[in-house]
Amino acid sequence: MNVEKLTRLAISDNGFIFDPITGHSFTTNEIGIKIINLLKENKENEDILDELAEIYSVNENELDVDLMDFIHNLKNFSLV
Amino acid sequence: MSKKEYIKPFIKKQTAGNMNKFGSFYQKNYRDEIAGAKIDAIVEKCGSPVFVIDEKAIREKYREVYRDFSSRYPKVQFSWSYKTNYLDAICAVYHQEGSIAEVVSEFEYQKARRLGVPGNKIIFNGPFKPEEALKVAFEEGAIVNLDNFDEIFKAERVAKEMGQIVDVGIRLNMDTGVYPQWSRFGFNYENRNAYDAAKRIHKSEWLNLTGLHSHIGTFMLEPKAYAAQVKVMIDFMRIVEREFDMTIESLDFGGGFPSRNKLKGTYLPPEVSVPPLSDFIAAISNTLLSELSPDEYPTVYMETGRGLIDEAGYLVTTVDAIKRLPSGLKSYIIDAGVNYLYTSTWYNYKVEVDRPIEGSYENCIVYGPLCMNIDVVLENASLPPLSRGTRLILSPMAAYNVTQWMQFIRYRPAVAMIMDNGDIEIIRRAENLEDVVGPERLPEKLKKFEL
Ligand SMILES: Cc1ncc(COP(=O)(O)O)c(C=O)c1O
Repeated sequence: MNVEKLTRLAISDNGFIFDPITGHSFTTNEIGIKIINLLKENKENEDILDELAEIYSVNENELDVDLMDFIHNLKNFSLV
Repeated sequence: MSKKEYIKPFIKKQTAGNMNKFGSFYQKNYRDEIAGAKIDAIVEKCGSPVFVIDEKAIREKYREVYRDFSSRYPKVQFSWSYKTNYLDAICAVYHQEGSIAEVVSEFEYQKARRLGVPGNKIIFNGPFKPEEALKVAFEEGAIVNLDNFDEIFKAERVAKEMGQIVDVGIRLNMDTGVYPQWSRFGFNYENRNAYDAAKRIHKSEWLNLTGLHSHIGTFMLEPKAYAAQVKVMIDFMRIVEREFDMTIESLDFGGGFPSRNKLKGTYLPPEVSVPPLSDFIAAISNTLLSELSPDEYPTVYMETGRGLIDEAGYLVTTVDAIKRLPSGLKSYIIDAGVNYLYTSTWYNYKVEVDRPIEGSYENCIVYGPLCMNIDVVLENASLPPLSRGTRLILSPMAAYNVTQWMQFIRYRPAVAMIMDNGDIEIIRRAENLEDVVGPERLPEKLKKFEL
């Protein structure tokens, strides 16, 4: 996965995302910001799951499905 | 160290100039109970999916409508339209409230009789009444409305065989200003078909015309259509009484009042777009009172179905899987399909979830469990991110689903009634294999095979 586009995004603490190249803006939530930041560090999905499971009280299967869904959405928005 | 509460991640694109003007306000709610019974307790007792009927809601609505009508026109008698929902428990609630039965087949007739409704408290309608069924209805004094000339002849034959003059009604159809006009049932008023029918009955030695019936359509949104219907039926009553020296004792205005369901293709929520039932009742009673003098007030029958019951029913279903479609659209698979939801063809149901859910709303599609492409329960729902196991509560559900549902691929689910004291009663248990294969017969030579 190419995460280069993610690095150009301006992301505010409250989840507002601006893409200076396309002019598109997005909203996300706290965990969304965390995932984007971990992806920017080129972390593998497994590692991201481990890190999030440390922080949040969540069933791992559910987290796994949600992470895939989130990444799928990033692809749909051409952000990765 | 305790962990943080998990809220599903989301990312949403901002689209300027495309804001949702009319928020679907009801979807932001959650509901963890129905009529005082916890959703969890209902599912634990009856399984998922499960249709849930609120007894108190049925009674309250009935009383409100009856009070409204009878305070304007006292000689009104409601008649529960069996086809709308003919589970024994449902019909019994209406009969306890004083409603008689309206049936359209020998099966429904038999079901009403079995439940304890006397024959003379049954209105027998419909375009096809087998000779044997007509005979039983006449013998038991049912109110029979004839649909066509062949049925007039059939009724005459039966009465003659019985050696008894029988009272009958005829169903009329007419232009009430609504499109499409339901012209396939009964005798048309404008082309004098109805007049000819009355004339033919007048000539008969065995039949006596005592009632006029019509049902102008369903989910009517225009109260004025009823005013037009009532006017035509009174005019026709006058013609028949004058020309044939008959006495019409009852006028039956059928059903057709809308429920608070959201018709597909409508923009405004039903709370705004559907007139209250009191508007329809006012249209009917005002016309009656202005056209009739008190000494000629006939008995008025009403056969209201969906308008009385729809909002008293819910379907509780469970999310089993979550899938993002290649188009980017989020989809859910739930455990109830369109085979239970005949009305999903016309309605966008109201959707509620059983718990508060954090996260942003997203447009999504909700599929049933059938391995069939047509199995789409909600084409365009706006839902927060749901986890597996979340229960969706769909409504209004009480009209027509639990009669027109199909056993297809899966067993039909249980139907529960939440009693007015909050107790959960199963009024129809979930089906099992024996229920489905019971009527089957396997020819002897097909009984063995080796694979
Ligand atoms: C003769 C007759 N009466 C009453 C009804 C009940 O109609 P609704 O549910 O629209 O009130 C129907 C339904 O089709 C009907 O055919």
